[in-house]
Amino acid sequence: MVKDQEYLKKKATYCINLSKKLGATDVTVVIMNSISETVNFRNKKLDESERSDSLAASLTTYIGKKKSSISSSNLSEDNLNQLIERCIDTTKITPEDELNSLPDKDLLAKDIKDLNLYDDKHIGNDKKIDYLKEVEESAFVNKKIINTETDFSETKSNFILASSDGFLNGYKTSSFSASCVAVSKSNGNMERDYEFTTKRHLEDLKKPEEIGIIAAKKAIQKLNPKKIDSEKISIVFDKRVSKGILRSLASSISASSIARGTSFLKDKINEEIFSSSINIYDNPDIVKGMGSRYFDSEGVKTEQLKLIDQGVLKHYLVDTYYGKKLNLKSNGRSNGSSNLYFEKGSISYKDLLKLNSKILYITETIGHGSNLVTGDYSVGANGFIVEKGEFAYPVSEITIAGNFKDIFKNITLADDLDFTYATNAPTMLIEGMVVAGK
Amino acid sequence: MSNFFNKSDLSRKDAENIVSETLHKCDDGELYLENSKSESIVLDDNKIKGSNYSSDLGYGLRAVTGEVVAYSHSNEISKKSLKRSSENLQSTLKSKKGTYNHIISKTNEKFYNDINPIEEKSLNSKLEILKEVNNYIRNKDSIVQQVTASFAGEHTSIEIIRSGGEILTDVRPLIRFNVSVMLEKNGKKETGVYGIGGRQSYDEYLKNDNWKKVCDEAFRIASVNLESKPAPAGEMKVVLGPGWPAILIHEAIGHGLEGDFNRKKTSAFHDLMGQRVASDDVTIVDDGTLHNKRGSLTIDDEGTPSEKTVLIENGILKNFMQDRLNARLMNTRSTGNGRRESYQHVVLPRMRNTMMLSGKYTQEEMIKSVDKGIFAVSFGGGQVDITSGKFVFNCTEAYEIINGKIGSSIKGATLIGDGPSILKEVSLVGNDMMLDPGIGTCGKAGQGVPVGVAQPSILINKMTVGGTQL
Repeated sequence: MVKDQEYLKKKATYCINLSKKLGATDVTVVIMNSISETVNFRNKKLDESERSDSLAASLTTYIGKKKSSISSSNLSEDNLNQLIERCIDTTKITPEDELNSLPDKDLLAKDIKDLNLYDDKHIGNDKKIDYLKEVEESAFVNKKIINTETDFSETKSNFILASSDGFLNGYKTSSFSASCVAVSKSNGNMERDYEFTTKRHLEDLKKPEEIGIIAAKKAIQKLNPKKIDSEKISIVFDKRVSKGILRSLASSISASSIARGTSFLKDKINEEIFSSSINIYDNPDIVKGMGSRYFDSEGVKTEQLKLIDQGVLKHYLVDTYYGKKLNLKSNGRSNGSSNLYFEKGSISYKDLLKLNSKILYITETIGHGSNLVTGDYSVGANGFIVEKGEFAYPVSEITIAGNFKDIFKNITLADDLDFTYATNAPTMLIEGMVVAGK
Repeated sequence: MSNFFNKSDLSRKDAENIVSETLHKCDDGELYLENSKSESIVLDDNKIKGSNYSSDLGYGLRAVTGEVVAYSHSNEISKKSLKRSSENLQSTLKSKKGTYNHIISKTNEKFYNDINPIEEKSLNSKLEILKEVNNYIRNKDSIVQQVTASFAGEHTSIEIIRSGGEILTDVRPLIRFNVSVMLEKNGKKETGVYGIGGRQSYDEYLKNDNWKKVCDEAFRIASVNLESKPAPAGEMKVVLGPGWPAILIHEAIGHGLEGDFNRKKTSAFHDLMGQRVASDDVTIVDDGTLHNKRGSLTIDDEGTPSEKTVLIENGILKNFMQDRLNARLMNTRSTGNGRRESYQHVVLPRMRNTMMLSGKYTQEEMIKSVDKGIFAVSFGGGQVDITSGKFVFNCTEAYEIINGKIGSSIKGATLIGDGPSILKEVSLVGNDMMLDPGIGTCGKAGQGVPVGVAQPSILINKMTVGGTQL
């Protein structure tokens, strides 16, 4: 069982009191416990079981405008005493920074909503194994599948965030997830693809057959790919890929990268950076949402933000420290975005694929090719050529490149938004990117 | 060395008994104890942005029978906790039966010293150097917009207790010094990053104003990129510079030679043992025995002594990199490549210092032989799909080659290729092998471990460059 709130509160209070006694003017501490159990299956046989129990404290002490942090997984009083002493000593000799402070008291979260982020149900390893057997049975129906790896994991977490100005709050979360990786083979070529399901509540997981069938189908579709010519071509991002555009946006509008001048979106507030049909929300209040939260890592309350309103950038993601530097109040985004998503488009998936007679449909990108200082984007990719709305053949070993400033303005969204991840986007068509192949 | 039992109700004898009871019907396994301290200090935006000290303690109990691994870890070193882990393992493996393999070779040779780099240099002197770094770079030129500099130090003690009471220990220091510079000129911004490190004390790396060289290099890379033009797109010849570009060898070929992917037959190399996979000039080794290098290990995380493993010799595939589990299932021996990020992670076969050895050509000869291509000097991140063999790299410093001469610098170039076929496209191997400066971290299955890479300059006949200029 994951540690209860009382235990965590006791440890947190101990840390705060000791730090103050040793000379800290302010203190924040997080105590967190997480227990997870995972079972891995491979080719219809048990491969691995793992149980993980981790308890950790991280603490920041302030002496006036000086600050330093420690963290530890050893919560014995002996060790905490030693570490807190060390932290105070370090704080004393660390130079002052005018911007260091706890968040404004009136911004702290007071009422905790109930977003149903915790499911107390426990699924034993035997039941997990039954589920995975079904996943693999359904994946192996097709003879071209030569290998499957599946896993099922359950995680329960609890934490307390406490600070010397009286904040003392935390909550439990749970997550259940299952996935299947299938390897297909034909004419000496091997390809790999996957399907997964992750939910806060056990009962919301997808059916095992669905996971196996989709993973197998996707791995087989990729077999015997071709390389295509280098050209400018309309590109469609599958939902697995399109959400990446939002991740890049979120990093580029964090108060830290704006304040440090390392974002291509610096000074773009209230400017049109997407085409006027685009709206983007960050909503921490979605019931059972994978990115939902009651407050951010500083205890600041979180509310829905319409980040992009008809193409115009309306908000940065602001924490206390960099907010001060930018003269902005924290909007509860010290740990970034929550449930971030595009408002869905008006055209169906099928019609989106017919917008051009020839389309490169991207299902996977590889590499770390986003340069958020310049906005340059260049990644390896694979996917399919779609002709007149029909999937024609798989392609691989290509790269796609462009700049986010242009990409953002040339997006057309389908109406197929769903909430699989914390960050979600519908299928998306992008005009004007360059493909490098032969 | 850490004493893991002095502040616990669990005595060493108790631990040995629980390990032996848990593992006596298994093929393999151990209790892995770890005590790690780490420190990071970051200067950014003209200020000391953070100083963090972290102390971690925990264990992982592992039982292996047949192909099945059962693992349970916790940061509570107590009788109750270890017994719960033992029960958890036994319930997974209840229907399986194995014979414990007691054989593990021992070594007296150490590849780094037992030092604690964090305590060896005072916090004040580290803060002082970071301030000097900031001033030094900002005084170079008014186009400097942002400077980030950091120290990261680690000191990790591990102890492995095997069934029957055999004990193996190691103490591992590791440091890294990193500098990132952002320049702005005529509205154009570019970044340059450079770092150094390894398993010695900070002063070994910082002495004789060595830190200035790191600053100069980061500044130089950013300056080069300020003058760069968009990269070409399409297939062409590529010359890779010596040193860090070997991360391409690590991703494109190294991962495919790790034991697990080959036992599971999901690597493109799994049926090529003993066959020609590259030209005669190509020899690749994975070496954990280089003194004080970032990827070196005295023993791996299963207790096996490190070694220099020949992977490809004169173009012929000779060995895969093995941990104990995959070695047993493939009827071979562990090559000392069993590694884990921490006690919270299972052991996997992982690389150490992966090196392509020198050949006979000069870099000049290679560049002269290219009509149209690119010269890649440094890379940022890379990634590989082991199954299809496809890999991707982003160049952080690259130039075009026109008619045998190096031309302007290019930016935003991505290289994409296929592991097994790229090896065959290596046509010239240089005589200038160099190790990287000690900055690599390899990610696999969510676990990061420090690694090194080395190579001479090499000429690749055909690779796809993913720029924007058709």
